[in-house]
Amino acid sequence: MVEVTLWGSLSAVAGGKARHEIEAKDIRELFRKLAEQYPGIEPWIDRGIAVAIDGTIYRDTWSKELPKNAEIFLLPRLAGG
Amino acid sequence: MNFDPRFSGRKFASVGTRPIRPDGVDKVTGRARYGADFNMAGQLVGRILRSPHAHAVIKSIDTSKAEKLAGVKAVITAKDLPDLTDGDAAMYDILDNCMARKKALYDGHAVAAVAAIDARIARQALKLIEVEYEVLPHVTDVDEAAHHHAPLINDQVFTEGLEEKPAKPSNVTKRTQFGHGDVHKGFAEADFVVERSFKTEQTHQGYIEPHACVASVNADGTADLWVCTQGHFVYRQHCAQLLGLEASKLRVTSSEIGGGFGGKTHVWAEPVALALSRKAGRPVKLVMTRDEVFRASGPTSATSIDVKIGARKDGTITAAEATLRYSCGPYAGSWAEIGAMTAFACYKLENVKTVGYEVLVNRPKTAAYRAPSAPMAAFAVESAVDELAHEIGMDAVDFRIKNAAQEGTRASYGPVYGPIGIGPTLEAVKHHPHMKAPLKENQGRGMACGFWFNFGGQTCTDLNIGMDGSVSLAVGTVDVGGSRASLSLVAAEELGIDYSHVKAIVADTSSLGYNDMTDGSRGTFSSSMATISAARNAIKILRERAAQTWDIPVEDVIWEKGHAIAKGEKYGNLSPLSLKEIAAASGKTGGPIAGHSELVADGAGVSFATHICDVEVDPETGSTRVIRYTVVQDAGKAVHPTYVEGQYQGGAAQGIGWALNEEYIYGKDGRLQNAGFLDYRIPVCSDLPMIDTQILEIPNPNHPYGVRGVGETSIVPPLAAIANAVSNAVGVRMTHIPMSPPRILAALDAEREG
Repeated sequence: MVEVTLWGSLSAVAGGKARHEIEAKDIRELFRKLAEQYPGIEPWIDRGIAVAIDGTIYRDTWSKELPKNAEIFLLPRLAGG
Repeated sequence: MNFDPRFSGRKFASVGTRPIRPDGVDKVTGRARYGADFNMAGQLVGRILRSPHAHAVIKSIDTSKAEKLAGVKAVITAKDLPDLTDGDAAMYDILDNCMARKKALYDGHAVAAVAAIDARIARQALKLIEVEYEVLPHVTDVDEAAHHHAPLINDQVFTEGLEEKPAKPSNVTKRTQFGHGDVHKGFAEADFVVERSFKTEQTHQGYIEPHACVASVNADGTADLWVCTQGHFVYRQHCAQLLGLEASKLRVTSSEIGGGFGGKTHVWAEPVALALSRKAGRPVKLVMTRDEVFRASGPTSATSIDVKIGARKDGTITAAEATLRYSCGPYAGSWAEIGAMTAFACYKLENVKTVGYEVLVNRPKTAAYRAPSAPMAAFAVESAVDELAHEIGMDAVDFRIKNAAQEGTRASYGPVYGPIGIGPTLEAVKHHPHMKAPLKENQGRGMACGFWFNFGGQTCTDLNIGMDGSVSLAVGTVDVGGSRASLSLVAAEELGIDYSHVKAIVADTSSLGYNDMTDGSRGTFSSSMATISAARNAIKILRERAAQTWDIPVEDVIWEKGHAIAKGEKYGNLSPLSLKEIAAASGKTGGPIAGHSELVADGAGVSFATHICDVEVDPETGSTRVIRYTVVQDAGKAVHPTYVEGQYQGGAAQGIGWALNEEYIYGKDGRLQNAGFLDYRIPVCSDLPMIDTQILEIPNPNHPYGVRGVGETSIVPPLAAIANAVSNAVGVRMTHIPMSPPRILAALDAEREG
């Protein structure tokens, strides 16, 4: 079980809650379970969500494991110049 | 990813040195080939007809007269680029931006295009195309566009991110919010509060080379595109999707690039060139004029930002809040969102809240510009931070040091920071001789901090060892700032050979696996990781070949300083085999030796910078001159320090232009009035002092060498640093960028009039 924090706009489509307890071993499973629980999240996942694990931002490594007790924060997937 | 990216703290032989860049001689002798330097047999000249209206329904387009003109080989409109986006809204916007379908949404929006045997006939043909418009009310100002009475640009847009779905459409496409704590409680605890509103005008990246390409579509469905781009693989994906081509049949080759800074991350004219070529059956060269680059490529947002910051007498910030409105052009974007994330990222805040609003306007589609959205947010926040320090009576640097984020701080955008460099950059600035240099009359000094995320992404690299022992390195990230030199250094470092024996190229899309584009300061970060991985894969083969030669187990062979060495006393008589010796024998030991790598380079470390700026303002004319400028920035590890310094200087130079002169000026008719470098003035060498740099190296724990991206952060602090310097010089807080002479005089007049 990991605790996941969603940024403000995303929490609006996840029952208005910013913090969620999810049983997930990696980013892929986390996204799948969030989408099962809150179908409104799916378009956001398609558009791109980045995952900060203990402060390090992962944008594409969906196989990245979610360590127990890690700080997990979902962020928009941003563009650079 | 079968590769350990963790920082290892190794000592370097090649990395950190400053050899000449491999593309340098070609560039200074004029041999380097840029976008417009490529030609194909039988090629035609492409030209685009653009809307003169800021907002208009396209009632009809009659191309018949143009088609009959001798020498015209193809005329296209939106009908020749049918919608193949399959519900992908972002791709549809790109398609509509390349060629308007129902409405022209800004002055310069493409409505038709021709391919002719020469430029003169192409221009004549454009004049023969008859477009009937129904002109609509327009809006170009970000604040006016956000107002509920503003002309609607797209009546299908309802603001996202609100608790309840709005009943009416709006030009505000999205609201986003970040932060933590309770700002009301925090402001109640404050002894001092600064609250101000700021504006920044729209600017262009100002790359010297205009967009240029040569497109050739063949009858068998294959196609070639030679193009100036920051990401040829992304261009291939977008063009293939928009044209209905198979990606593998479209080969895209990136030319040398005369600047991009985010503006060459999007397709603009390339799908049009391909569509013209498909219709004409001949290659088409399409080169934008400077006027077109300004009117119809992708500048950055204009912004309007409200900031409120409170602090106790001891200098501790108790609360910080910002509302940011960013223009997106006529299509949805996420530019205010990035501003809202970066605004307070430099600080340790218990109570912080930022809200971003994305606003549609009748201007060109906003594109990324070097740390997109961060400079404007930093301008507003760092101006308010400076003012608050003055009100409290604290030194501006000490106030920032007291409140600087550090390892373990919860970032204003959400997560908790790992090791970061904001504190060290501030300490370096505090002790820099620049801060103690005397100032004369009408001169002022300012400083400011800046933050950028940095990104990684999909990356693929090939490393081939020739039979003479020289090494070819094929990368897929376009070299925008000297990365071929940096990546050659990395390959030399891993293999233990001299830099001069490595030749790096940017491979075309048919020669290498997919690579994300060079954006987000990822070029050297990502491709160095892939190069390290590819080199280590090649070393594995080199060790196997040596083991085979010696007839010993590969486990007993190590790689050191460019040689295979048999370890253990039992192999005492075996002389080390050099890379060159192993390569020379490769034909008899198993064939070519190569290392390949494909990976997702995630874990790019965030980056911070602090800048110092001295200006002199002429109080009679309002003219400002930057007389001294210093950049202090964390690079993680500077692979090629000269090019890191170049990135720092380049970001500062662009920031100086943005702060003092550059702006899109629209008339009441919604038309851009200064679409050229005479009227849109970017700084030239004589406008700038030598920009001093100091590289700090706080290793990124997620890269084997500790590398962080360096390309973008350097443009984040300048607007604020210069605004603080000008404000200190004239004694009036400057709140509107650019601080052009008329704007400075107006601020001084307003101050005198009370």
